[in-house]
Amino acid sequence: MHALDFIDPGTPAVPTPSEGAPQQVTVEIDGFTVTVPEGTSIMRAASLLGNQIPKLCATSSLKAFGSCRLCLVEIEGRKGYPASCTTTVAEGMKIRTQSEKLGQLRNNVLELYLSDHPSESECCSSNNRCELHEMAAAAKVSESRYSLPAVDGVAAGRNHQGSLQDDSNPYFVFNQDACIVCSRCVRACDEVQGTFALTIQGRGFDSKVSASQAESFLDSECVSCGACVEACPTTALTEKSVISLGRADRAVATTCAYCGVGCTFKAELKGEQVIRMVPSRDGHANHGHACVKGRFAYGYATHADRITKPMIRSKITDPWREVSWDEAINYAASEFKRIQAKYGRDAVGGITSSRCTNEETFLVQKLVRAAFGNNNVDTCARVCHSPTGYGLKNTIGESAGTQEFDSVMQADVIMLIGANPTEGHPVFASQMKRRLRQGAKLIVVDPRQIKLVRTPHIEADYHLQLKPGTNVALMNSIAHVIVTEGLAHDQYVSERCEPDSWEKWKAFVSDPKNSPEAMEEVTGVPAMAVRSAARLYGTARNGAIYYGLGVTEHSQGTTMVMAIANLAMATGNLGRVGVGVNPLRGQNNVQGSCDMGSFPHEFSGYRHVSDDAVRASFEVEWGVPLQSEPGLRIPNMFEAALDGSFRAVYVQGEDIAQSDPNTTHVTAALSAMECVVVQDLFLNETAKFAHVFFPGSSFLEKNGTFTNAERRIGRVRKVMEPLGGYEDWEVTVRFSNALGYPMNYTHPSQIMDEIAALTPTFRGVTYEKLDELGSIQWPCNDAAPAGTPTMHIGQFVRGKGKFFVTDYVPTREKTTSRFPLLLTTGRILTQYNVGAQTRRTHNVVWHAEDRLEIHPHDADVRGILDGDWVGIASRAGETVLRAEVTDRVQPGVVYTTFHFPESGANVVTTDNSDWATNCPEYKVTAVQVVKVNQPSEWQKRYRELTERNTRIRRDTGVHA
Amino acid sequence: MHIDYLVRMANDIGAFFASEKDPTVAAESIRLHIHRYWDPRMRSRIVEYYNESGGNELEGPVRIAVQRLAGEASAKA
Repeated sequence: MHALDFIDPGTPAVPTPSEGAPQQVTVEIDGFTVTVPEGTSIMRAASLLGNQIPKLCATSSLKAFGSCRLCLVEIEGRKGYPASCTTTVAEGMKIRTQSEKLGQLRNNVLELYLSDHPSESECCSSNNRCELHEMAAAAKVSESRYSLPAVDGVAAGRNHQGSLQDDSNPYFVFNQDACIVCSRCVRACDEVQGTFALTIQGRGFDSKVSASQAESFLDSECVSCGACVEACPTTALTEKSVISLGRADRAVATTCAYCGVGCTFKAELKGEQVIRMVPSRDGHANHGHACVKGRFAYGYATHADRITKPMIRSKITDPWREVSWDEAINYAASEFKRIQAKYGRDAVGGITSSRCTNEETFLVQKLVRAAFGNNNVDTCARVCHSPTGYGLKNTIGESAGTQEFDSVMQADVIMLIGANPTEGHPVFASQMKRRLRQGAKLIVVDPRQIKLVRTPHIEADYHLQLKPGTNVALMNSIAHVIVTEGLAHDQYVSERCEPDSWEKWKAFVSDPKNSPEAMEEVTGVPAMAVRSAARLYGTARNGAIYYGLGVTEHSQGTTMVMAIANLAMATGNLGRVGVGVNPLRGQNNVQGSCDMGSFPHEFSGYRHVSDDAVRASFEVEWGVPLQSEPGLRIPNMFEAALDGSFRAVYVQGEDIAQSDPNTTHVTAALSAMECVVVQDLFLNETAKFAHVFFPGSSFLEKNGTFTNAERRIGRVRKVMEPLGGYEDWEVTVRFSNALGYPMNYTHPSQIMDEIAALTPTFRGVTYEKLDELGSIQWPCNDAAPAGTPTMHIGQFVRGKGKFFVTDYVPTREKTTSRFPLLLTTGRILTQYNVGAQTRRTHNVVWHAEDRLEIHPHDADVRGILDGDWVGIASRAGETVLRAEVTDRVQPGVVYTTFHFPESGANVVTTDNSDWATNCPEYKVTAVQVVKVNQPSEWQKRYRELTERNTRIRRDTGVHA
Repeated sequence: MHIDYLVRMANDIGAFFASEKDPTVAAESIRLHIHRYWDPRMRSRIVEYYNESGGNELEGPVRIAVQRLAGEASAKA
């Protein structure tokens, strides 16, 4: 079922040509004239006149299909009754959408459908809309001449009523009874999602919708994106929430709080209760599509585990004590003041969250800089995309991706490095797959066989399956081919880049030591494949690079980001639509948290704290002197905590104890602190080491903005009151006031106004403009009042682009006979990051535990069978997981996800980090894997600690 | 702060600039990076280590960079 307020024009808009304006065609429909682009269907043209031609198999998200025969029209001078969905307009056409004959034909079709369809009251009982009954009502067809005579209330003759219901999927049901075999679900799965999980099985009367090979939806290839449910015109596919809660009565537009795609949604509500989430057709990032997380996995927001009362305790081994907001805030403030008085101003700090809004993030860093009086603020982007910021700022001048997502539709060769979009960024993956099905070429650079290497209707042209930790070596050899085979774009480089850096870089990559042949032993990738892939990218009209954490989370993360920028500059693939360097951000507001000045060395808009003019502008606005020296980064905070110079931290919406590497080290640091304040939805892993707990608010409970991976600022709108009483920014305001630094905001729009006043790239952003435009891509200022979809047009933000020499430096993490395998980590579609949200939804039916993927050869020599418990030991620690034997990984490489805290994936990751930014090297850890039959020592201690450190003393006693 | 940790970080920075043929240019790049991105307590700790031990574990131009940081610190004092 569509969104409540959606008027469906029936067929998609004609794509805008890449050059020039489309030819316009004028036609007359029922006496009214309309002008539309050539190629528009009659159905869509009529809809634009407000004339909705009856239809069942047509919907504007899908190509016209012409199967239901309800949308027939008459065209003057033509024979017959063509379907208006599949017939396009022609100049001067005169069309009639209503006549006696058309009415007869349509009624006959409706009667045929109704003869094998549940009654209106039966359809209504699902609380869903049934377009068939709506069409019948509009045509005043209430009886069907074709209905079978009933004997004892049962239709006598073959029909589909009483068919089995498939309710295996936790979020929706399939009722074959109500299915009219219009194929909208099948086409949505193909065209919108690109999974091809559904089909129409059988012929004629036996035709039925089938998931994979007649499997249940849950067991099939279905990824539960819900596109089919939304596309279904009847009650055949219906959300379970709609069945149990009824239909919504209002809708609020907001932005998803999961991955960095940042889909726009309509939250459909009854009062404060979310009935369902429907992706917006006019959402600029998602165009009406969604994934299993955004559309369905919002139940965590009202989960029983939510902590809604503030709590304090003096020791982390004490039970928590529920207190009033005043008491919790005042306790935290007095502790921070006491600690600063005793250990110095720099002994405290704060961590902002990539899951919170821009306004909340901005306030936390303001609290640290202005109220704490130091620069000890950092954000979780430290552990994911900090190398992107550093690498892109230094090469091209701005710490952000260069394109909008839609740019991919004009890319001819896509190079995908260390990213797994079908799992991590599913809605963008669907768009990328659409482009690949149109014929774009794909180069995958990944140690593991991700789905895009080979998936229905898509096969990567090259999969450069390198050894973990050798990205830079591979990139240098690709650049070697580009330069030595004359594929570089000399004219572009001479116009737009620093000549000295270019000459130096060219000499460096041309060195035979960087040739694919010389690097083959290092990377493990056959030289011929590297050469061919490099030629493919180097000769593309539009070559676009997309990358993820497989690039950044290495000791050479920043070097690799620079190597990517070098390659894009050398081939002229920056500064127009269809090309670019595109980091896929993990969390919803990674881009925003970085933009907002969360890093210890820079203010909002990526300006260093030592810049006197910039600092002065903040000092004037904030009314206090600010420090000109950088503060501690997250890993430095841990080190400083262990040496006693860092004693208190305010952590908003991040779970450092689970997400950061070398857990044992992190928890030792947290245990050494005197006041850890955690603000979160749940008692997360970090809260086990906390002294103050402030209840957080979910994205449904607050106003603000998120900025997605394409720099797109989208509004987050409150649909329900915060369960804990306050939106997260309000808590920061109260904390600051209690510390004696007054903050007086009454609405997040005022915070955005302050951001805009202080940040050149945000100068033109206001809530009014966001309401008007839907979303804005920064930079948004006088030069670009509506925002900037494509950056670096004409020249780089930096001025001249700068090439950096990117020598390959092997990681310190080396395999030995004691640790012979390389562990790398990643994500899975149905779970999100540390899993705090998705683990508290039905998404666990797809992924209930983290598993260790191991190649059959490595498993065989260790006597490991699929499903066995295996111990994974590294130099940092040891944990136990269940094995999944698969050839998705290469021999010598093992892989796991880290969505469950008890898996302890980060117990084994080490504290090696990127040279420039300290981003941890999650992607390479030398390990040994052995078959075991009990949990690791760490896991045993973890269970004891969980029991001890999460007790809450309420009036009725102590609860575990 | 543990000096091994800081020495390792400094040497990691040095490794990126190792391709720079002129060691004084490399040392200046390393110094600037540490100056711009390290909290003052980290800088003073590595300077202290350099002053005490001569910084023998600092590789190549990294040692010169830290020497310059030490000079900066004493000029400030």
